Formats: sequence, structure tokens, C-alpha cells
Amino acid sequence: MTTESGSTSEEIDWRSDASSSEMSRRDRLEELYQQTIYEPAVVAWSDSRTRLGISILSVYLLMALVEILGLWRNPSTSQADRLLTPFQNMQYPLGTTQSGVDLLALIIDSTPFILLMVLAGGVWATGIAVVVGTVSGYKGGVIDTVITSFSDFFMAIPGLPLVIILALTFSPENPIFLGMILTINYWAGLGRSIRSQVLSIREASYVEASRAMGTSTPRIILKDVLPNIMPYVMVNFVFAARYTIFASVGLYLIGVLPYTGQNWGVTLNNAYNNGGLITMQAFHWLLVPIVAIVGLAFGLILVSQGMDRIFNPRVRTRLTGESESVETESDTSSTGMM
Amino acid sequence: MNYYLKRTARIPATILAVVTLTFGLIRLLPGGPFTQLRIELIRQGVPVEQVNARIEALQNIRPDAPLYVQYFDYLAGVAQLDLGRSISLDQPVIEVIARALPWTVFIVVVSTVLMFVGGVLLGAIQAYWEGSRFDKTFSGVSILLTSIPYYIFAVVFVFFLAFQYRLFPTGDAFARGLDATLNLEYILSVLHHAALPILAFTIGGIGSTALNMRGNSIQVLGEEYVEVARLRGLSDSRIATRYVAKNAILPMYTGLLLMIGFRLGGTVVLEEIFSYPGLGYYLISGVEANDYPLMMGCFLVITTTLVVAVYIADLTYGLIDPRISVGDSNDY
Repeated sequence: MTTESGSTSEEIDWRSDASSSEMSRRDRLEELYQQTIYEPAVVAWSDSRTRLGISILSVYLLMALVEILGLWRNPSTSQADRLLTPFQNMQYPLGTTQSGVDLLALIIDSTPFILLMVLAGGVWATGIAVVVGTVSGYKGGVIDTVITSFSDFFMAIPGLPLVIILALTFSPENPIFLGMILTINYWAGLGRSIRSQVLSIREASYVEASRAMGTSTPRIILKDVLPNIMPYVMVNFVFAARYTIFASVGLYLIGVLPYTGQNWGVTLNNAYNNGGLITMQAFHWLLVPIVAIVGLAFGLILVSQGMDRIFNPRVRTRLTGESESVETESDTSSTGMM
Repeated sequence: MNYYLKRTARIPATILAVVTLTFGLIRLLPGGPFTQLRIELIRQGVPVEQVNARIEALQNIRPDAPLYVQYFDYLAGVAQLDLGRSISLDQPVIEVIARALPWTVFIVVVSTVLMFVGGVLLGAIQAYWEGSRFDKTFSGVSILLTSIPYYIFAVVFVFFLAFQYRLFPTGDAFARGLDATLNLEYILSVLHHAALPILAFTIGGIGSTALNMRGNSIQVLGEEYVEVARLRGLSDSRIATRYVAKNAILPMYTGLLLMIGFRLGGTVVLEEIFSYPGLGYYLISGVEANDYPLMMGCFLVITTTLVVAVYIADLTYGLIDPRISVGDSNDY
């Protein structure tokens, strides 16, 4: 408070500034890379579930790439013999539909659409849930009451029926918009459980310490609360993504979402309605989109299981050793002072 | 006690909000239900000057009245359980719903209970023998199960068990020509028709429930109070039920509330695949036939069922976990 102490702290700041500008810009970048990319990657890769999951997901990314670059023929009717079974003719490795459409082309054709939709649904649902959950859990009081009753109302509406009616109203054809519609009230439940986690975190001693030091609320939420719920959020991002794909395919299957052309759900619906259900000859037509859907969900879930490792501090420190903990300690103390 | 009062008071408030929402959605729908209805009625040969009167009879809404009057008319209708008249079935909507609701509740309740009990038992066994071959195998199976949506099981069951081997029926809630009286034949027929939907809806959920239970149990097993209980020489069964199971199930019970919501919504797809005459089935047939009163009636009743189900679950949660009865909103 006195001028003297003020000047000394300035002096310290000035000194550390000078030393850091001289040597550390590249070091810092290096360190950032080490901490945020290299080490998590090593930890993640050490888990066989993540390895398998990432491999599966890369197949889907590859398919999306193939579609974007136009490396595989586009699906069209009568491009091959009807109802070829998989691996019968290696030109059409997954077989064909009743109207002679290459099934592999169908699957590849809609991969970018599905991936965009899944990403949009996951980001939208978890994003809102995190904002709603942390704010209502941390702020409490009137804000909490308002947010909680609001999300209670949305929890009281069953998702799929609401989506069906919204789909009638808006005919969502854009994958991003569709992903958001599908998870229109998914955030409510997730927000509630994030809120209850934040409630216990805000009582933790280090958060109380930050509060006592007069750190601003957004800063506490960002620096102290969020890192603690990140593993939970990441796992739930995967669940939201899975929900998006399950819901979309289910609704396409029963024919209540507007078709914009073929995608896995529409293919399933066509197979289901045109004999895929009755005869064994058409069963592969039903099976191929099913494998595509289940594979994507399986890959996502495997990665989320492995992700646990990255966020679990015990596993991380074992890898990086002691110096890591010392550094973070000095880091947090400096941010606390500022 | 205050908590229960507050919680009970929230039910009518929520239902009012949902009714308002359905009203708003009816007004929002493309072309408007009145346009649809008009076209429909004129196509049926109703004279143009009578159309408005017919719409009023069908939907409880006077198309030429101001919006707020329509809203209050709609509210008054719903309060008297008058949800209008189904266009495609030519019956009062409430009658259709009264027939459909029990089947939906039956499927959801039975499959959710089976899923919960099965998942909890499996998860507990896995946690107890953590790292064993059973644990590893079943963890893998669980992960795989959680990546398969329930309607895939439904489609595959319908394909093999209903169409290929003809072991199960492909529609209706019980065999045609049977009276709905409580005799053995009727009950067996109901179970026969409900078996596949229930099975498909249960299998999908067992994996994630087991994974949850396993995780929670392992965490609880590492807690100090379990260690203390062991040192005190309490019997294994007492530790397993009073200490581990109870504390591992509690967090899942809150998840169950959400689960009911998703499962009630999920019946839409399930009932459509099995042609099982529940609320979801009629919702879809209302959508397909542009039958707005039926569609909105089903939506409203599915939502009300969910509100009541969550309410019941909430109250029982208070009975199980004494901490919660102090008040859900620990105001800080």
C-alpha cells in the first residue's frame, strides 16, 4: 500500500520482464507445445483404447477426405448390378442396394455431413452446459435459481418428440443446424450435473484462497473451476456427440427428418423399407450403415475412455516428473499476484 | 417439508409452460395447422362456409379469434382434458391417448427397471473382481454395447426373430381378437408382444449402467470408511450392501432421472419399429397424416408423463439420500 512497497514490486516485475524477454519466447512456445500437445499425446497413446479409438476415428476422417477430394465415385442408381453382397465384386467392396447403388460410395458420400453434424451437436450441447453449469453453480443466489428453473423446464421436455416437431417446423437440412436442433435440450441435464460438481469445487480450499485474494469471478471460473471439470466435460462431449448421431439416424430411420439426399440414416431407412428387413439377400444393405454408425460411436467412446488418462493428474505427473509441479506452482503464484 | 411443497408446486407450472409451448408450436408450424386443416376438410368435401365451424369443433380453437383468446380457449380445453379430435382417426384425441399411454409406460418402466438392476449387478461384480478376466471381457462388451443404439437391436430383432424365424409378432400390443380382460391368455399375449421391444430397450442401456456402477464402486471401495468397516470386522455382506452398493448407486440414481427422459423420448423410434401402439407410435402417425391435434396431444402427454415420472423419482431420491431433503437448492 505504501509507495515503497509499490516500487519494490515494480522493480521485481521489471526485472523478471527483462529476463524473460531475452530468453524465453521460443522456450515458452516450446514449453507450451510440450505441455499441451506432446505430453498429452504420449499419455493418450500409451493407452490401447485410445490407440484403437484414434485409429477408428482416422478412418472416418479419411473417408471424409476421400469425399471432399472426390477420390471415390459418387453414388448413383444403376451404377452396378442390383443387390451385390459385400466382397462379391471387388469393384463394389461393400455391395450394392436394390437399385444398384454402390454402398461404399453411399457411406463415403455422407461422411462429411455426419461428422459436421456430430461435431456441431457435441460442441453446442456441451458448450451451453458448461456456461450454464459453471455460472449457476458458482454464482448461486438469484442467478442460480433462474438458470436452474429454466433448465428444469427444458429437462421436462422429452428430446426426440420435441426434435420431431421442430424438424417439421424448420426442416433443418444444414448439418450444423441439424446438430443443434437434435441437441436442443441436451444441455439442460448436463448443465445440472456440471452445476453440482461446481458446487463442491467452489468450496475447495484453493478456490476459497483465490476468492480471499480478490481474484475476479470469471478468472476463478476459468483458472480454478474449469480445469477441474474438464475431464467430465470431455467425456460428456463424447456422449453428446454419440447422442447426436443416434438421434439423427433414429429419426431418419422412421422417416421424420427431411431428406437432403443420402446419408447413413436415409440408407438405413431405405433398406428397412425396401426389403432389407424381409430377405437375407438384402441384409447387407441394412448392415453396412449400421456398421458405419456403430463404428463411429465406438471410436468416440474409446477415445473418451482413454482421455481420462490425459486429464488424470496422477498419471501425468508420473510421466513428467518433479520439475513440472515446481513450474506450475510458480506459475499459479505469479497469476495470483497479478 | 418445504422442499416437497416447492417441488409439488412446480408440476403445474411446468405443465402450463409445456402447454404454452405446444400452443406456440402449433402456431409456428409451416403453413399453420389451419391451412392444413382447411385443405384437408375441403378435400373431404366440406362446404367452404362450414370449414371454420368444423375447425373449431376439431381443435377447440376459433380460427378468427384474436391470439390471446385462442390461447385461453386452448388452455381451458386442455384443463378439461379435451385435446381436440384426431383428423386421421376421427376419434377424440384423449381417447386415443388413454389407450396408448399404458403401453408406453409399461415398456419404459419394465425395461428401465431391468436395465438398472442388471447394470448395477454386473457393474458391482466387475468392480469386486476388478482386473479379472470377467471384468476385462465385460468392460469391453459394455463399451461395445454403449456404441450401439437401441433401435439397431430393435431392427435386428425384428429381422431375425420376427420375420425370419417368426418367433415373435411384428405389431400390436396383444393378439387380435382377445378381450382385454385379465386372464392368463391375455397376459401371455401381452408379454409375447412386449418381449422384443423391452429386450431391445434394455440391452442398449445395460452397458452404460454397468460401466457407471463399476466406476463408482471402485471409487467407493478405495474410500477410508470401507477400510474402517473392514477393520471393525463387519461382515462382507454388510459392507457390500450398506457401504459400497448404497454409496455407489446414489450418484446413478440422479442420472436415472435424466435417463427416464431420454427413454420416454426414445419410445418414439422403438414403437414405430415394432408397430407397438403406444404414445410414440401415435405421435408419428399424427406427423405422417398431418394430424396436428393427435400429434400435439401425444407430445403433451409424453411430456406430462415425464414431468410426473421425474417428480416421483425426485421424491424417492429424498427418501434414499437424507442430505437432499434439506433442500435441493442449497442457496449459496
